[in-house]
Amino acid sequence: MIPPEFDYTAPTSLDEALSALKDGGEDAKLLAGGHSLIPLMKLRLAAPSLLVDLRHVPGLGGIQRENGSFRVGAMTRHVELQNAGELGVYQRVATLIADQQVRNRGTIGGSLAHGDSASDLPTALVAAEGSVTATGPDGPREIAAGDLFLDYLTTSLDPEEIVTEVRLPALEGYGWGYRKFTRRAEDWAMVGVVALVKKGADGSCEDVRVAFTNMGSTPLRATATESALRGGGLDADAIRGAAMQAPEGTDPPADRNASADYKRHLARVLTQQALEEAAGIA
Amino acid sequence: MSTVAKDDRTQKASVGTSLRRKEDPRLITGRATYVDDLDAHGLLHAAIVRSPEAHAKIVSIDTSAALERDDVVAVYTGADMADLGGPLPCAWAPEGIEVNNPPHWPLAKGTVKHVGDPVAIVLCEDRYTAVDAAEDVFVEYEPLPVCMDIETALDEGAPLAHPELGTNKSHDWGLGGEDIEEALANSEVVVERRIVNHRISGAPIEPRGVLADYRAGSLTLHSSTQVPHFVRLFTALLLGMSEERIRVIAPEVGGGFGAKLQMTGEELLCAWVSKQLARPVKWIETRSEHMAVCHHGRDQIATVRMGATRDGKITALHARIIGDMGAYLMLLTPTIPALGAFVMNGVYDIPVVRTDITGVFTNRCATDAIRGAGRPEATHMIEVTIDQLAAELGMDRLELRRKNFIPKENFPAETAVGIVYDSGDYAGALDKLLEHIDPAQVEAEKAALREKGILRGIGFSTYTEICGLAPSRITGPAGFGLQTGLWESAIVRVTVTGAVTVYTGTSPPGQGHETTMAQIVADKLGVDPQNVEILHGDTGTGAMGLGTYGSRSTAVGTESIARATDKVVRKIREIVAHTLEASPDDIDVMDGKFVVRGSPDKAMALADVAGMAHVRPELLPEGMEPALEETSFYDPQNFVFPFGAHACVIDIEEATGKAKVVRYVAVDDCGPAINPMLIDGQVHGGIAQAIGQALYEHVAYDEDGQLVTGTFVDYALPTAAELPMFETDRTETPSPVNTLGVKGIGEAGTIAATPAVLNAVIDALRPTGVTFMDMPLFPEAIWRAMTDAKGGAA
Repeated sequence: MIPPEFDYTAPTSLDEALSALKDGGEDAKLLAGGHSLIPLMKLRLAAPSLLVDLRHVPGLGGIQRENGSFRVGAMTRHVELQNAGELGVYQRVATLIADQQVRNRGTIGGSLAHGDSASDLPTALVAAEGSVTATGPDGPREIAAGDLFLDYLTTSLDPEEIVTEVRLPALEGYGWGYRKFTRRAEDWAMVGVVALVKKGADGSCEDVRVAFTNMGSTPLRATATESALRGGGLDADAIRGAAMQAPEGTDPPADRNASADYKRHLARVLTQQALEEAAGIA
Repeated sequence: MSTVAKDDRTQKASVGTSLRRKEDPRLITGRATYVDDLDAHGLLHAAIVRSPEAHAKIVSIDTSAALERDDVVAVYTGADMADLGGPLPCAWAPEGIEVNNPPHWPLAKGTVKHVGDPVAIVLCEDRYTAVDAAEDVFVEYEPLPVCMDIETALDEGAPLAHPELGTNKSHDWGLGGEDIEEALANSEVVVERRIVNHRISGAPIEPRGVLADYRAGSLTLHSSTQVPHFVRLFTALLLGMSEERIRVIAPEVGGGFGAKLQMTGEELLCAWVSKQLARPVKWIETRSEHMAVCHHGRDQIATVRMGATRDGKITALHARIIGDMGAYLMLLTPTIPALGAFVMNGVYDIPVVRTDITGVFTNRCATDAIRGAGRPEATHMIEVTIDQLAAELGMDRLELRRKNFIPKENFPAETAVGIVYDSGDYAGALDKLLEHIDPAQVEAEKAALREKGILRGIGFSTYTEICGLAPSRITGPAGFGLQTGLWESAIVRVTVTGAVTVYTGTSPPGQGHETTMAQIVADKLGVDPQNVEILHGDTGTGAMGLGTYGSRSTAVGTESIARATDKVVRKIREIVAHTLEASPDDIDVMDGKFVVRGSPDKAMALADVAGMAHVRPELLPEGMEPALEETSFYDPQNFVFPFGAHACVIDIEEATGKAKVVRYVAVDDCGPAINPMLIDGQVHGGIAQAIGQALYEHVAYDEDGQLVTGTFVDYALPTAAELPMFETDRTETPSPVNTLGVKGIGEAGTIAATPAVLNAVIDALRPTGVTFMDMPLFPEAIWRAMTDAKGGAA
């Protein structure tokens, strides 16, 4: 690949990285796993003036369980989620990202900061109501998943901030289901659905969360489906009925593989399947 | 047709065994040398400025900013190349056929005709600068209307791809019965289908690449090509050089699939630039360039009519084909649909068959040969339509096929279009297929799967193909007059120590011919195939040859090697007989020695004979020339016709329309197997490419002529995860055309498999009311077909 000319630096501390990013100006970009940015540079759709490579910055790795959440370092690669035990839905989502070469390099922080609504991890974060820690010149702040994704490839991260950590709720008591519809195993999702269901003692739906990949300009919650189920029964009919409302409020982008109509249809089918899996009635 | 006499006095130590590929150690350890691995002193790197417009007038080209960059040596445009001997060649020249052939220049002159059309070339000291500098060439375009729809391209007022021609038509051509309308009118049943065969890319793992080095009046051109001898010829003609001043070398070539059967503008361009600057020039195609500008394949829409009696005897077949030529006629562009016409009978005895072809220009990249080249299209038309006929007649699909097979005892069999099929046992192949898969079992599985939301279907394809390109008496002026014949050459040299070097005029890009060719030679000479070196792809060594394509490297190329080897063996026998006082007819090859029949102790090893022939020529029979080296030139009497029977089992998720191949069984007959493992490899790859076309791949443009599948994200080649384990078997019906009895196998899978996949999908969908659809079988297309069959919303 022959990208446009760029400068490169690989700082060895977070402070150095923050300074480099700030000094690099608006065309400086962070390089994590590189599996979104570098293909864009290859196609000359992105032309950063400076790449700040985070690979030597300490303290950005690791997965720790703490207070009902997994605290995941931003440079944790998909393969580490794939191979970690007890990560539930996050492990499944990570395992189905692209192909193994991509999973070996791509990072959770990079994927979330890229803010591509066709990517998988943002959907899981939105469904689980997790958050990211963004560290900038003024120190760290926490951004809830619902506030992170603003539009196509646009997040609420400040250009001078670095995602340093991701908080993934452990989802105790929740069943989960995941459906990712692709033409080939390695493709981006035409539609993806994460479903989380918490049953009450009587088997009714105490809580439900459904989120979509690639059904709009950001990862979206299926609010109509959630409302239809929350507090009610979780039998097959209820789930089917709720799933029929899945596309409400979505605005799916048409592409070569799927028209908007077809995506809405897929959203219904996949939501039903994911909810059945999450509710344990598949 | 006479049967060629066979020589059975050779050992069979290697032929028929699955010898591991001799070429693999260097390939899989990264020791092979491709064009991009080559360097040269003073090398310049080229980047090509390409049109972002599908059709536009070039108003101006400003190269000044590019030239201001350090390390930029030169920038050329079409206006600089006034000294070329002519535009790029098209070899199609049937007598009496009027062909519109707009000039195709290595760099556009005045207008661009498709996205990616080259406009300028930038030469730099390093490749990075070259790509940056190419972005600094400012071209002003004035967009012109684009022609993108081949079915309306000939309508009054349609936008013209080449306004100066006044039409979008390149040519009309037909083959077969003039009485086709009468035959169809007299048929009790006629099924008619419009069948689309969409556009695909060859997508070899190594894109194209060229290193041209002109010095002291001679040109060495390294190119990732399947046809180095053609490239030399056309480069000489177009640069006005004498042929002996040009050496074309195809180093390691990482796959061709027809994409490198071409005289490309980039080859000529690099050669021309090297001559201008007296410096070596390298151009390496990027994947993005390959997807946009390396010729594509298929892109035909056919109206097929098949007539039959009510009891299932096919009486007539007509294919009316509109072929998208793309923007230009390249080396074989118009030839491709015509190749299909020669096998429009398929494996069936059909009394009246006709093909009518209209070639149409559009503002897309040119089409040309991609694996199968015309024959996959024809086979798809025949095998899809016969399934439709079976449904119309209420007959079993296989029964209908059997009823119309050309019977085994009829071979050699002349078809309605005047081609003689050399050999065939179509019922035998189908019988063998059914030993591996039981259609009744698949039928029995359908109901239970439907309960789980899975539609299962099974599809078949019984096919033959025409390969071993090409006998001059058939393709040349004395025959159908398409173009010249395509013979092949070989030199077999036994060195003083008994080592063997073979030069072949074919130029295989990775199929494993260094192994299979060595196996043939080794058995004839009684040596180990590891000691037989096969050299190819270099016009500077060996005899003139015509390259690798059309499944010809074994049926024509290896046969030529066999014939040269037979000449060497004949000389060896004479030497051995002379030395051991026996008759040459009594010398057999046994256990690596040349033995006097009946006297096992009277024998000479090859090294002994070779030593004598080189070092002691005075001991040879009176008048015999020294050394052990022979040449052959082989122009086959006929094509060869591999055949087979394939079955595909598909599962479709009813809720979404997503289809997946769950079983694929292939029985192929390419004559006696030289290396069963390599046959399997070719069959596997061919089927994968056809499943790819049917379910995953499509080179697509939008209505403005923009390519929307420019990367492997959008152009979805199937991976191992999408494909089943292939089940393969063979029958072996020797061809009488050549001494080896061999046919071809490189294209068989792509030719046979798309109709098997489509027929399986249609079979799966029948319970939903769908009776027909076209490729590509993307999930949404299948879902829409089901939805439409239900009469509306899902």
